[in-house]
Parts: sequence; C-alpha cells; structure tokens
Amino acid sequence: MKFSLSWLKDHLDTPADALAIADALTRIGIEVEDVHNPAEALKPFRVAKVLTAERHPQADKLQVLSVDVGHGTPLQVVCGAPNARAGLVGVFGGAGTYVPGSDFTLKKAAIRGVESNGMMCSSRELQLGDDHEGIIELSADAPVGTSFADYAGLDDPVFDVAITPNRQDCMGVRGIARDLAAAGVGTLKALDVPTIEGSFDNPVEIRIEDAEGCPAFFGRVVRGLTNRTSPDWMQRRLKAAGQRPISALVDITNYVMLDLGRPSHSYDLKELTGAVSARRAIEGETVIALNEKEYKLDPSMTVIADERQVHDIGGIMGGEHSGVSDTTTETLLEVAYFTPERIARTGQKLQLTSDARSRFERGVDPAFLDDGLAVLTGLILDICGGEASRVSRAGQPPVEARRVTFDPARTLSLGGIDVPEREQISILQSLGFQFEGRDAVVPSWRRDVDGPADLVEEVTRIVGYDSIPSTPLPRREGVARPTATRSQMIERRARRAAAARGLDEAVTWSFISEGEAGLFGGAAHMLANPISEEMKYMRPSLIPGLVAAARRNVDRGAASVRLCEVGRRYLTDAERPTVGIVLVGEKQPRSWQSGKARLFDAFDAKADVLALLEAAGAPVANLQLVTGAGETWHPGRSGTLGLGPKTILAAFGELHPRVAKALDAPTGTIVAEIYLDAIPVPRSVERARPAFKPPALQAVTRDFAFMVPVGLAADALTRAVRSADKQLITEARIFDRYESEAGLSLALEVTLQPGDKSFTEAEIVEVSKKIVAAAEKLGAALRG
Amino acid sequence: MTSHPLAARFEADIAAATDLAALDAVRVAALGKSGEVTQLLKSLGAMDAETRSAEAPKIHALREAIANGLAEKKDELESAELERRLATERVDLSLPVSETPMGSIHPVSQVMDELAEIFADLGFAVAEGPEIEDDWHNFTALNIPETHPARAMHDTFYVDGEHERPMVLRTHTSPVQIRAMQGSTPPLRIIAPGRVYRSDSDATHTPMFHQIEGLVIDRNITMGHLKWTLETFLKAFFERDDVVLRMRPSYFPFTEPSAEVDVGWSMEKGRRVVGGSEGWMEVLGSGMVHPRVIANCGLDPDEWQGFAFGTGVDRLAMLKYGMDDLRAFFDGDLRWMKHYGFRFLDVPTLSGGVGA
Repeated sequence: MKFSLSWLKDHLDTPADALAIADALTRIGIEVEDVHNPAEALKPFRVAKVLTAERHPQADKLQVLSVDVGHGTPLQVVCGAPNARAGLVGVFGGAGTYVPGSDFTLKKAAIRGVESNGMMCSSRELQLGDDHEGIIELSADAPVGTSFADYAGLDDPVFDVAITPNRQDCMGVRGIARDLAAAGVGTLKALDVPTIEGSFDNPVEIRIEDAEGCPAFFGRVVRGLTNRTSPDWMQRRLKAAGQRPISALVDITNYVMLDLGRPSHSYDLKELTGAVSARRAIEGETVIALNEKEYKLDPSMTVIADERQVHDIGGIMGGEHSGVSDTTTETLLEVAYFTPERIARTGQKLQLTSDARSRFERGVDPAFLDDGLAVLTGLILDICGGEASRVSRAGQPPVEARRVTFDPARTLSLGGIDVPEREQISILQSLGFQFEGRDAVVPSWRRDVDGPADLVEEVTRIVGYDSIPSTPLPRREGVARPTATRSQMIERRARRAAAARGLDEAVTWSFISEGEAGLFGGAAHMLANPISEEMKYMRPSLIPGLVAAARRNVDRGAASVRLCEVGRRYLTDAERPTVGIVLVGEKQPRSWQSGKARLFDAFDAKADVLALLEAAGAPVANLQLVTGAGETWHPGRSGTLGLGPKTILAAFGELHPRVAKALDAPTGTIVAEIYLDAIPVPRSVERARPAFKPPALQAVTRDFAFMVPVGLAADALTRAVRSADKQLITEARIFDRYESEAGLSLALEVTLQPGDKSFTEAEIVEVSKKIVAAAEKLGAALRG
Repeated sequence: MTSHPLAARFEADIAAATDLAALDAVRVAALGKSGEVTQLLKSLGAMDAETRSAEAPKIHALREAIANGLAEKKDELESAELERRLATERVDLSLPVSETPMGSIHPVSQVMDELAEIFADLGFAVAEGPEIEDDWHNFTALNIPETHPARAMHDTFYVDGEHERPMVLRTHTSPVQIRAMQGSTPPLRIIAPGRVYRSDSDATHTPMFHQIEGLVIDRNITMGHLKWTLETFLKAFFERDDVVLRMRPSYFPFTEPSAEVDVGWSMEKGRRVVGGSEGWMEVLGSGMVHPRVIANCGLDPDEWQGFAFGTGVDRLAMLKYGMDDLRAFFDGDLRWMKHYGFRFLDVPTLSGGVGA
C-alpha cells in the first residue's frame, strides 16, 4: 500500500521526518518496501519569471528570454516553447541541473550563436505529466526564486508498505497512523466525522435477503450532484497511492477506502429499478463487472441486485451497468458489511481480486458503517454538490466486542521481554484496547486479536523486537548426541559413495510429463494445476528426469555423463527414497595407454550399484541377480539385484530400446535405480568385532575351466562351485570367459583354505572331484 | 713374500676381460676344477712338510689375489652393464596419467548436511514428512483455514483425484511440525529439510525448491530462545562472528507473535555477503508456535509452548556459496555441478568445520 507523508499527517500529529517514520513502521511490523520523494529530483528547479521575450536573431521558432530567477541579474535563456512570453511565471533549471524527464544535464551553451544559461521547463521534462506543448505556467503570484517542488507541494515523500494479511486495519492510512501513535511517533488526531441528517427519505428500498453473507447494508441517495473531476489534493494522493483518478464519485469511494480502510460502492441511481437487496446469486446468473469481464455466478455468492439484475458482486467488484459516469446526477451509496469467509470463497471461485475484496475478506471494522457513510457523504456534498437523503439501514453488523484475558506475565514468559504492567496497558490502550477487570476488550477494527498470545505480540512489537534478550537454549549435558536416523544415514552414505565413484549429484524436478511417466508404469499422482504438461505427473522413477538432464549435457557437448540423484519416487502407497543413476558416453577417454575410448556398459552400472549398496549397508554378498529388470528395460541387458523375488534392491542396465527412443536418451545410455528403503535393517549393532583369527596356513588356489551350456549364468556356476565344499572353499571367481564355435568356456579360480594341517594331494583331488561334480549338475564339463 | 709367478699372468687376463663370459673363462682357467691354481693347491698334498710350509702361503695368496681380482672385475663389469641398461630404460613421465573421474555433491545436499550438523550440536534431530500432503497438515492444522488470504498466497499445487482430504504438494516444510508434534511427546527439537512446491516460475522462483523448518516445543521457551537459536545457527552456518540479525514483527498464521528475520550484509569484492550491516535482507520467517496449532496437534497449549522458523535451503546455499541463479540448481548441467558442487570428502563436521 502506498501513501504520502502529508496524507499520514492528516491523521498523525508528528514532528518525525520520513526516515524516522519509515524506521518506526518497519520496527512495529509494517514493512517499508520503499520511501520515495518525488521532489528529490526537482530540488534544483525554481519558480522564475520571464521579464522579456525577444525573437532569436537567427531562428524564427526560438525566443531569447530574460528570466528573473529571484537573485542576481536576470539570466538570458533561449527558449523554443510557443507559450513563452514576457510576464509568464514558470519553472527554471540552471546550468548543471539534471532534467529527469529528458535524461540530460543542462549546460551553459550558445544556441544559434546566442548564449543560454538554462531552461524553462515543460511538465514532461519534470516528469509531472505528458504535456510537452509548452512550458509550465504557474499563477502570476507564485513566489519567484523559491523551490518549485515546495511551491507545488511536491515535497511529499511517498511510503510503499507491505501490510500483512492479519492487519486489515492498516489497509487505510488512519490505521497506520494509529499504530505509529502507539509506538510513540506522534499523536493520533481525532477523526472529523460530519453530521449529515439528510433532507429527504431514501427513495430506494434496501433489503437483506442473505443475512449470512451480508449482515448489514446501509445506504442513502445523493441527488443533484455533478460528477466532475476530483480536486487536485485528492488526485495527488490517489496518484501517490498508485491509483488513476477517474471521476469525483469513483475517486471519493477509493479515497475513503485508502484513507479509512472502508470500501463502499456508488451506483448510478437512474440505472436501478425498484428495491435493492443483498441476496444469493441465482445459478447461471451473470454480471459484467467494472473490469469489463463477465462473471458467471452461483448461489454460494452474495450479490447486490435490484429487481432486474445483479449490480455488484458483493464486496468484490461493482457492475458495469450501474457504474457512475460523467452524467450521473443521482447516486445510491452502499456501505455494507460482508462476511469475510464468503468474500474469500467467492473471490477464489471467480479468481477475481480487488482492493475491496482484500479488505472485506480480511474483515473491515464492523463498527464503522455509519461513520464511513457520513465521511463519504460529506466529501460528495463538498466536491459534487447536491443533497443527501436520510440513511436506510438494513441488518446489523457484528459489532459485539471480543474479550481476551490479559495476563501481563505472558509478555515475559512468551515474548521474553520484561515490560512493566502499566506500560503494557498503556500500549494496548493506545492501540484501542479497553480494560474491564482482567479482560482486554478488543477494538472493533482488530479482528485478528483473539487470544493472550496476540496481546503479547501487540506489546512486544510496539516495545520493539530489538529489546528481546538473546537467551541460550538449555543444553543437554555432555557432547551432542547423534540425531540422524538410519534412513538419513543410508542416503548420506549412498550420496557420498556415488560422488566418490565419479557420479555428479543432480536435483531434478519431482514432476514429469505423462509420456515419461507412462514409460515407467504410469504416475500415481497427477497435478490438477500444473505449471505445464511437462511438469504434471509425480515421478514414478528418477530415470526420466536424469535422462533428460543427460540429454541436455550431451547436446552441450559433454563426452561423458555420470549423473545420479537421491530423491523420492511418488507411488500410490508411499514416497520412496531412491537413487537414480545415468551413465552416458565414455567411461574412459581414448588415451595413449589404453587406446580407444571405452564406452559405458551395463557392468559399469552394476559396479556402481554394488558399491553404493555396500556403502549403504546392504548385504551385498547375498544379492541374487535376475536377468531382465522388467518392461522398461532391455530384456537381456538389464537385471535386478535382490534378496529373493519380493525384496528388489536395485535394477540396472540398458533401457528397452523403445523406452530409450521415447525418452530421446542419448545412444548407449546406461541407467540404474537403487531402492534405498528396501535395504534390510542389519541384525547386529554391536560395535566390537569378533576376535581376529587369521588362518595358520596359507590358502591354495586351483584353476578349473569348464565348457558350459550357452545360457548358463556365470553366477550360477560360481555359486555351485562355492557350495561344493563350504568348509574348504572360501572363494570362487570367474577369471576367464571365452565363447567360440565349440561353445562357452568359463574358467574359475578357486581358493581352498586348509585348517590346521596342510592339504594332502589326496584331499585336493577329493575337493576337485566335488567341484567338477557340482559343475556337471549344471551341464558343465571340465575342459581337458 | 714375493708374488707367485702366475699372478701377473692372471692379473693381466682379468684386466683383459671385457665381459662377464670372458671373466668367467679366466675364473675357470685359474680356479676351476682343473684350473692352474686349483692344480697348484692339489699339488700341496704331495709335498713334504717343509716344502709345503714354504709353498702353501704363496699358493693361497695367489688364489686369494685372483679371487679378489675376479670379484672386483665382476662388480666393475656388472656396474658398466647396469649403466648401459639404465641408459636405455627411459619413459616420458610428462605423459598424462589416466584420470579418475571426480564426482560431486549437489550444493543443496551439502547445505542440508551442514545444517544437520549445526543443529545436531544444538540437540535438534532431523525429521521428515511426505511431500504429497493433505490440506489439513499443510494448511488447516497450521491455522490457515480455507478462506484465509494466506492460502491464496501460497500458489498451491493441487493433486488431482478423489481423496479423503484434498491433497496438495506441500507448500512449505511446516506440515512436518504438525507430524512431529502429533508423533511424539515434548520436549521436542527438530529440523525438517526437504522439497517444497509452489506454482510459481520466473527468474527468481522455481516450482520446486527446498526449505528447512525448525521447531522447539518445551515448557519455558520464549522469543529470547528463538533469537539466540537463529543467531547461533546463522553465525555457525556463515562461519562469521559478525552476523547481525534484525527481527521484525510480521505475520504467519501458525505463529503468534511472529517475526521476520533480516540478516545484515556488506559488500565484499563487489558481492553482497552475509555479515556486517551495510543493509538488510530477509532470510527467515519465525515466531512462537500459535496456541491453536499446538492444540490442533493434541497438545495442551497451556502446558507446551515453543518456537518455529523456516528458511530456504537453496537461498542459504546461494548466500554462502555465491550462486546467483536458482533455476540452475535443477538443470543438472555438469559444468555447473563441477563449479558449485562439493567433493565427497567435504563432509561437514564440527571439528573440521561446516563449510567447504
């Protein structure tokens, strides 16, 4: 909200300057976003009088003026304005002056050979209007030599403040003045409310049919008025507030709203037919509002209507049909109280905001209907003339006062400031609270105050939050205890393990497009009001977002992309913590050592997955691999790692070519997902490890090469071999794989650990037989 | 004792040997099984005692001299051979080594870890809650009824479909407060970092960003504790003792009294940094938890009170580490991540510092 200093001073008697007032406003909770004095830029400009005006010897359209600037000898000025003439009093800027409207600095110069010492200015040059037809003409008695800004009343700083939604009372200049007075910045002046009885009965019947939405509707008619332009002082203030002056009647209602926080509406009486009532809208009823848009109404909304049609979306915006115009001579004034919740709902439904709505939905002062109407009428009679009717009153505004128990000790026990009780009471009184015993009676304009904590806030904010002493939180004995949960530690470890392995952590949007979600089994959640179609579905997988990021990087020329993200998948039953990985391009660049570049393959994803699972505390040795991770994946070049079919910890490999194409994945994209919440809780939390007992004798290794069926998984062979003798065989590792016309050959290195005696040759032969037998069960044959 | 007549010959032979093979031939000729010196040694047995005592020292001295000569020459030849070999064994170590790829931690994760570390020292645990939230937790329980103007200010994303309660993407991390209070018995000290959503997208707003919420519920907590906690946290986070705070009265439906918190900034190397007080910028919203919110969570507001605060994690990251464009946080641009990201070993700790 914007207002000028002089406007504020209508309500507040204060010697404070703009800066001090701005400081105080911010201190008490009315945040000042800007203080701007339009006179600042106009300081060097003075009122000056043209003494003589002669034709320029070299140019027809120029004149050579002699200008009295109030001191010293008159200055010679070359001027091209058609209205420049002897005797004119205008605005002068001397050499060295910056002209804001033209963005240049005046210099002493010769114009067509004649010296010029400055400029007589137009409105546009001073940013006071669009007029550039001629120079500004002031009244003949304007004091020559004085500051133009002072003379024109432009030296009036404008405050731009942010009013929090709880403070409807400060959506009028008077409310702000009251707060400042409470803060000791000045004294609140009494409000001048004229007494206007009215000289005739209101010819319009006013009725309330929807007392719930509009408990009170006061009105009167003013007839015989002239809707001229509003006076300069009002226009200046409205402009300072950022409003465009329209006509006296419109400006007056706007002015009363900005000045006193009291919205009202004025109807052109000749457009009304019969009684005017506050009622529920009828389904399908429409109205064209003052913003020239048509609104479709329904029975949840309160409207003001006559016998023919709706004229006002109650408390939000008037209708175009009965709006006042230059030809209006009779008006019906409406000052009503609308129920805030109703206004809020209607405004939300119609998606219509207005200054009236923002005040009514926050709750205007229910005790200010009669006075508001009187102020409004007084201004109309003063400015537009005419005569007023007596007031019609339908309904009763909810004026019953709220009481809050006042406990002065709460200011210390909640606010942390020790303020003497007498000072607290005086602060509250200056804000309009009254005291009855232990009860504070809340002023009618403070709908936001309804509990003891509110009183604490009122006192502490006026005393100032600066006075709150910084008080250490009590500290538990000893060093700080660990606070992270197991799942938080899993995420932290997985994240840092990923970075250690060369993955760059990205954060991508939680929402993806329908197409992307569909490729991953579809989304469980769709947004009703997305930013765009691309950001409409809560992701069921981290892969689409990461693949899109990888694509952007490849398009920017990246040769190698290793991306990961730790975030949630949004499924029907839960939001599941997940790691996503995308590998694209070169695993290793070409080099003088290794030759050609090596591209990523599914094994790189497997390595990352195993490393991250290990870091996250998963029992990696027990994981079982199943080839083919599902429909999204390449059936033969993807797999899952799990602890049984129901506990899948990760999926990795190549995407299904159709999915890759639909995602526009770069060629050779390898992906993986780790399902962090599937990692089982480890059984032991024992810190101490079992005793260290290295075997007494060195292990021996033996190599075995098998011809195996082509479809046999290497892992199956390894497991079979390892379980051939669980006592003696401590490790079995595939070290060679060779596929030829003869079939598939796999070679294993088997580690045998002797107990307290070295193996005899017979024992080794024995275990070798077991190994071969175990392999043969899988169709393998020892190679000769 | 005069040297043996054979000595000079073998000395000459040893000196003449140019490689190990030639030298070995000399050794065999002198000391081999049927070498001349070996023969001489064998002849000692056939001598009478007197002759032997006269000849033996000479022959032994001859054997020793030749053996020494051979060893010396062998060393010499081997050294020469090694030198020769070394002269050919050269690699260009200026060649580049294969690089281990360096990954990075996203600034948002890093800052969340930093915050968790700082607040752990103050006794705050990290709490979490759903991002798809019902409107009761996101609004109603926080004293934001349906008709409240603040609801409209939140630019809420609504989740489509029939739900028991309307579902939204949480617009702030404050619903975690509600869940924390409902889920445990005070005293409570928690922080709740996480993703939040507003349907807002322009140069300085993204539809998804990160917030962190703090909540303390106990019996005698005042705004003084709130002020201290925020001062302590911001000093620790920005790693400066000259961090100055300004609390301003403000309004949040879920706190009463409410305070907006500005932090002082100063210009350093043409950049606005936190610290000093050349100007103020808003960094936090805070206040004493509204009694109605405490009651909504099933606690007695006459017994329990406390404070809450909230701030943007992305914004804290930008202020500390100097990024100027929020949108880049969510683009996954490798160049940006390498520039602003953190190394995996930059784990914030109290002993090692919470900045990197």
